[in-house]
Amino acid sequence: MAKNICFYFQVHQPDRLRLYRFFDIAKDSHYYDDYMNRAILKRIAEKCYLPMNALLLKAIKASKGSFKVAFSITGCALDQFSRYAPEIIDSFKKLAATGKVEFLCETYNHSLVSLQSQNEFRHQVMRHKAAIKEYFGVEPTAFRNTELIYSDAIGAQVYDMGFKTMLTEGARHILGWRSPDYLYWNDRQPGLKLLLRNYGLSDDIAFRFSNQSWEGWPLTADKFLDKVAEADGDIVNLFMDYETFGEHQSADCGIFEFMEALPARAKARGGFTFVTPSEAAAKLKPVSELEVPEPISWADEERDITAWLGNELQQDSFNKLYGLVEKLSILDDPQLWGDFGKLQESDHFYYMCTKFFSDGDVHKYFNPYNTPYEAFINYMNVLSDFIIRVNDEYATRN
Amino acid sequence: MRVLMFGWEFPPHIAGGLGTACEGIVKGLAYNGVESIFVMPSASGDEDQSATRIINASDVAVENVAGTLDEFLDKVKFVHIGTNMIPYADPEEFTNIVEDERKRQLKDFGVSYGQKYKFSGKYGANLLEEVARYAMVGGTIAQQHKDEFDIIHAHDWLTYLAGIAAKEMSGKPLVVHVHATSFDRGTDDMVDSRVYAIEKRGMEYADRVVTVSDLTRGIVINKYGIDPAKVVTVHNAVDFSGRDNLSVERGVRDKVVTFLGRITFQKGPEYFIEAAAKVLKRTKGVRFVMAGSGDMMNRAIRMVARRGISDRFHFTGFLRGQEVQKMFALSDVYIMPSVSEPFGISPLEAMRTGVPSIISHQSGAAEVLKYALKVDFWDVDAMADDIYALLTYPALAHFSETHGYREVNELKWNNATAKLKKVYESVLNR
Repeated sequence: MAKNICFYFQVHQPDRLRLYRFFDIAKDSHYYDDYMNRAILKRIAEKCYLPMNALLLKAIKASKGSFKVAFSITGCALDQFSRYAPEIIDSFKKLAATGKVEFLCETYNHSLVSLQSQNEFRHQVMRHKAAIKEYFGVEPTAFRNTELIYSDAIGAQVYDMGFKTMLTEGARHILGWRSPDYLYWNDRQPGLKLLLRNYGLSDDIAFRFSNQSWEGWPLTADKFLDKVAEADGDIVNLFMDYETFGEHQSADCGIFEFMEALPARAKARGGFTFVTPSEAAAKLKPVSELEVPEPISWADEERDITAWLGNELQQDSFNKLYGLVEKLSILDDPQLWGDFGKLQESDHFYYMCTKFFSDGDVHKYFNPYNTPYEAFINYMNVLSDFIIRVNDEYATRN
Repeated sequence: MRVLMFGWEFPPHIAGGLGTACEGIVKGLAYNGVESIFVMPSASGDEDQSATRIINASDVAVENVAGTLDEFLDKVKFVHIGTNMIPYADPEEFTNIVEDERKRQLKDFGVSYGQKYKFSGKYGANLLEEVARYAMVGGTIAQQHKDEFDIIHAHDWLTYLAGIAAKEMSGKPLVVHVHATSFDRGTDDMVDSRVYAIEKRGMEYADRVVTVSDLTRGIVINKYGIDPAKVVTVHNAVDFSGRDNLSVERGVRDKVVTFLGRITFQKGPEYFIEAAAKVLKRTKGVRFVMAGSGDMMNRAIRMVARRGISDRFHFTGFLRGQEVQKMFALSDVYIMPSVSEPFGISPLEAMRTGVPSIISHQSGAAEVLKYALKVDFWDVDAMADDIYALLTYPALAHFSETHGYREVNELKWNNATAKLKKVYESVLNR
């Protein structure tokens, strides 16, 4: 039987906060570093989004439809695209028009809300679903949660929201002897099929590709396909950040040539089929239930949620933020909800992570702050201003 | 009367409070008819010389005006800083080591003899070397200006060796001024022994030791073993001339309780956080601010997060220039919960801005401020009580504010230096 290859790319850009001092609290309620956000987005558009979209479009056309991929694009990224670089949206629309690209659903704000509030979780998922429909004319049927965070309970909620397929990490501590290269189902809802990330092969591309001291370097399409062919299951799920292409792995290390060659070589050699997540879930036979009592994710060595909620700084700021949900629901003020959404982005909590030693490099790469403490102070100053606004508005209404 | 003064810094370029105090002292002395020459390791040229004459030690080549290199070294008796740890030596071996050391120094010193040395005048990694070189230059200056001063005055351990060298070379009496001791910088078991040795030596060589508070006087007597008869307290003062209080538009409507200073063990930041957590349990409409930076900052942040009060307890990081005034202007209560504070000028600044202050009994300022509320640094319940009272009872806040303002305006350097002049006289008229 042909080996299935499922590519899914995560597209996300956070709304980075400006330097917000104590002196700004209750005086200035603009929280974002628009200049930095725009500059970073413009850079990544040029180095990654636009050339990679063009490359994929060409590959899909050349394969006459046998090459397929999936994307999940966060609401924050879509908002920044429309604001700073609408040409990115156009190029995604061209991909959508091929009918060979699946768009996944997630929380609009790339938030950690699934760990906190069921209602608010549903609200953000529905908002994202509507946005995808609006931009790309398709209704997403598969779900991926922020940072592939997943547990039995979260899976069950996702099923209740109408999704039949969900993506998560093939975490070794969950799988044990089992392989990520099969289809599984949610322990509580057999109707929810689970696709698990093959982190070894995914990270060959996402992390190790340009590493010259890695034994697999240089990675070629054929070498990679050999590895895929050796995988023991039905499907190899290659899930990674889209910014891998041209940003994390720069163009001069040959990442674009690799991705260009891969579908062509797969076709020439035979024995490989590209599938999207929903197709895979419909086509493959699930092998077993998967029990995940505690949340897992695709981050760090631990594959848990400690990158965002592992220390007291993260926990306190997270609790303070979600302490506002009730008042905000009563207020229903679009301006406040807009900021509330942006303040929920998981990135803000990631910047406060103190797990420097094992995964510090990755954390540093994505972090605009020098220390987690600076990140915390800045975030709390912003949040303090936001809390004042919510309370003031609440007081005037009641 | 004329004084040769050794300092480490002088406004406008200052890293701590020492430079500001030195400026207040030379101005106050001038007011009291005492002329001064102020020596500092690295002057920039933009210092205000209206009250003193500044000598930049970086401009002075080391030499022995009157005699030979050997005589110079003999008098100055240099201990080579940092290499004077010789454990387990028998008497004979010790003599050899000392002799070798003397030869080595002579060689070392011979090289720098007749040369200028560019001091950084900062508190860097080569601080001890700078301190030793400053002493050589100090000895030279004392000879060159021998007829221009009657007494020598050295501020804090950085300048004590220079003061000793000046005394040796000129034969004039020495006063050392203790603004802080090693015990205010480390804990009892964590005192830098090299610094302690220099401090003790300076105090022993001095004809008088001036301390900024009775608290510090006690440390000098008990921990350095100095004869109480020669230790005199001259409390610090503060110069507010030419300063108008900033008017700042407030953002937050809540009351603000402020801690401002280095976030280090000595300043008692943890007690402030404990007290804040207690007050927040009872009261709404109050925020706490910890302004400054320091080696305990990250720990303080974690502590605030663990208490779950980070929406009401803010950190500003290090404040520069006008931001300090702005912070005072935004405050309703100022708190200095120091574990050990030789004096502590910041509550005076707060009270001058009209902010009622709470200070620890373990600060020198507590000896002179009648209208500041005082608590023991460890007594977080009392601290919380006082904060609560100042926030809740307007009469108390108003009382502290008006009387405190008047009180700090009376703490003038002109008065403090009159006392200092008497100290000089007591040495000269022996």
